[in-house]
Amino acid sequence: MELWFTERHTPYVKFSINVDRQLYCGQSDFQRIDVFDSKEFGRILTLDGYIMLTEKDEFIYHEMITHVPMAVHPCVRRVLVIGGGDGGAVRELVKYNTIEHIDLIEIDELVVKVCKKYLPQTACRLDDPRVHIHYEDGLKYTRRHENEYDLILVDSTDPFGPGEDLFTKEFYGNCYKALKEDGIMVNQHESPFYENDAEAMQRAHKRIAQSFPISRVYQAHIPTYASGHWLFGFASKKYHPIRDFNSAAWNVLCIPTKYYNTKLHVGAFALPTYVEDILKAVE
Amino acid sequence: MKRLSQDRMPIYDALQRFKQMRVVPFDVPGHKHGRGNPELTEFLGEKCVSVDVNSMKPLDNLVHPVSVIKEAEELAAEAFHAAHAFFMVNGTTSAVQAMVLSACKKGDKIIMPRNVHRSVINALVLCGAEPVYVNPDVNIDLGISLGMSLKQVEKAITENPDAVAVFVNNPTYYGVCSDLRSIVKLAHAHGMLVLVDEAHGTHFYFGKNMPITAMDAEADMAAVSMHKSGGSLTQSSLLLIGSAMNEGYVRQIINLTQTTSGSYLLLSSLDISRRNLALRGEEIFEHVSELAQYARDEINAIGGFYAFSKEIINGDSVFDFDVTKLSIHTLDVGLAGVEVYDILRDEYDIQIEFGDIGNILAYISLGDRKRDIERLVGALSEIRRLYQRDKAGMLTQEYISPQVVTTPQYAFYAEKESLPLDETEGRVCSEFVMCYPPGIPILAPGERVTKDILRYIKYAKEKGCSLTGPEDIEIKRLNVLKGV
Repeated sequence: MELWFTERHTPYVKFSINVDRQLYCGQSDFQRIDVFDSKEFGRILTLDGYIMLTEKDEFIYHEMITHVPMAVHPCVRRVLVIGGGDGGAVRELVKYNTIEHIDLIEIDELVVKVCKKYLPQTACRLDDPRVHIHYEDGLKYTRRHENEYDLILVDSTDPFGPGEDLFTKEFYGNCYKALKEDGIMVNQHESPFYENDAEAMQRAHKRIAQSFPISRVYQAHIPTYASGHWLFGFASKKYHPIRDFNSAAWNVLCIPTKYYNTKLHVGAFALPTYVEDILKAVE
Repeated sequence: MKRLSQDRMPIYDALQRFKQMRVVPFDVPGHKHGRGNPELTEFLGEKCVSVDVNSMKPLDNLVHPVSVIKEAEELAAEAFHAAHAFFMVNGTTSAVQAMVLSACKKGDKIIMPRNVHRSVINALVLCGAEPVYVNPDVNIDLGISLGMSLKQVEKAITENPDAVAVFVNNPTYYGVCSDLRSIVKLAHAHGMLVLVDEAHGTHFYFGKNMPITAMDAEADMAAVSMHKSGGSLTQSSLLLIGSAMNEGYVRQIINLTQTTSGSYLLLSSLDISRRNLALRGEEIFEHVSELAQYARDEINAIGGFYAFSKEIINGDSVFDFDVTKLSIHTLDVGLAGVEVYDILRDEYDIQIEFGDIGNILAYISLGDRKRDIERLVGALSEIRRLYQRDKAGMLTQEYISPQVVTTPQYAFYAEKESLPLDETEGRVCSEFVMCYPPGIPILAPGERVTKDILRYIKYAKEKGCSLTGPEDIEIKRLNVLKGV
């Protein structure tokens, strides 16, 4: 028997993973949720048929969305995570003792339930006492908060579907307002490679650049995302991702990682020329 | 009376049968089920263009309905508690004009508020009836005109016992309703017809706890924009009549100006939407009302903006309020409504219905989702944070009482001259000037151009309103009557 999970990366490109068995299938108020087990990538979480994470490569995404801003901001105490119901970003955040409080805003309670049951690899630290989960709309939550957070991680789905709100100018503006005067926002920034993704990426950059004085983009290689070439946005009120980056201080913390390191931190901000061009066009 | 099954869709069914018959078309339209226009077919879809067909026996004829259109109109009449319902394909504008033309002849007087849609005054230009304006009550804080006060209507009726009809906007664009039942009683007691522009009130017929409808208030005619809150295609509309009207005569009036090639896309959309509303309207509009109320609460929590609702009810000129209308006062943020309207579109990719001097209207309907409401609220919160300023020097009042010199028809067709805007003060205008939307004239033909009106026009231009009406597209010049 051959069972394949397939995701269309464009109307003309398919990405397939051989599935050993399906562990879960459910429909929430917001989306369809599936968990598969596979030989090559381990367990796989998909939402509406799009891969959110696999056990084999999720460390890349979660380390890069978390440790880059944590190595720049000198003292993060309060963190807001928007989306991220799989718990991967939280797992990385709780490695820091300075962090006192984490609010996780996930719109879909079922995602958290399913991940706790089927994906303990990422959901393992959601029960940490510093973590407070709120099941509500991210846009609405941020609107009601002002000058509260040192760091906001926007761990969203793609800008087509329930995650659409998290790519809007009003959302980025709300995040700016919810951050303290030296706060940083890092967001999942889509891919520069395929046309539709690149357009979404450019629009997001334009809106962030309009909302924050410092807006840079960095990259990582994530094999199961469309094209494998993925970007993150680093938006900040005060700290520059390279000039204010303190590698020695971070290395002293001895945080265990598999992908992130302080050399890679600097290199990740060096982007291919065509990506720079797409970004510069809207800056 | 035998109840009809609102589950039926006669026009839709006839079109389905027609498609199955695979008829070879040697009639218009010339695109022949889309085959002759591949780009159009690609754009609109084969399903859509294949039912863009002409009247024929199995599909009936809008000009003289005897079969499926007749049945569909009967179903609509029942759903809307009317004696008869006409399917209209030239927009609610044509329904409004058919009401006025059915009620009035040349020289007849018709009592109406001045803040009517341009289509009403257009009808007066066409038929030569004379308007008797009742100045609408005004809410000074919000700067908007309200409904008609019963006393004012009574005064107009007493002073003009020869008037043939009373025209009522119900609800207004902002959601304000007049005391329709009392106005109808009063007018009928004086032998006058009551015509209701119910363009923004389709949902009153189906939602629970909604303001009274024209037909239930026993008005004689009502123009209902099915394409607004009813969900049908743009330009499709209904004209409802009560039992005192002569159906055949009204149809003749409609046929004076309505197309003889009624679009089956529009007709089927009316049929399908009527069914949807009749079967599911109650829950749909409960959901819409909840969304609007949620949005109001959230917007009022931001501060600065004021999303108003039933608290403005005053027992007379605001007899009731349509809670599905999300009308928001913006002046306390230091922004004109039209400025907020432009910022929402240009900066936040959010299109709302209109913005005027001091208010915006976001249209909430059966197609809205909670997360879209969050975007609107989030954007307004950001606009306040980023753009708030002092409100000194802003115009606050939407409505300026007109000085009527002559009838719209006389002024429209009279000898006229074109003058630069600044030189028109004191002259009598021969054309319309309005912001669109909402399309309520600042000046109508036959009205005097005053300093206040010129100031308003300049202010509206400066703030970015889309002004329409005059011959001169840029509105730098106005046509005024010669020698007056």
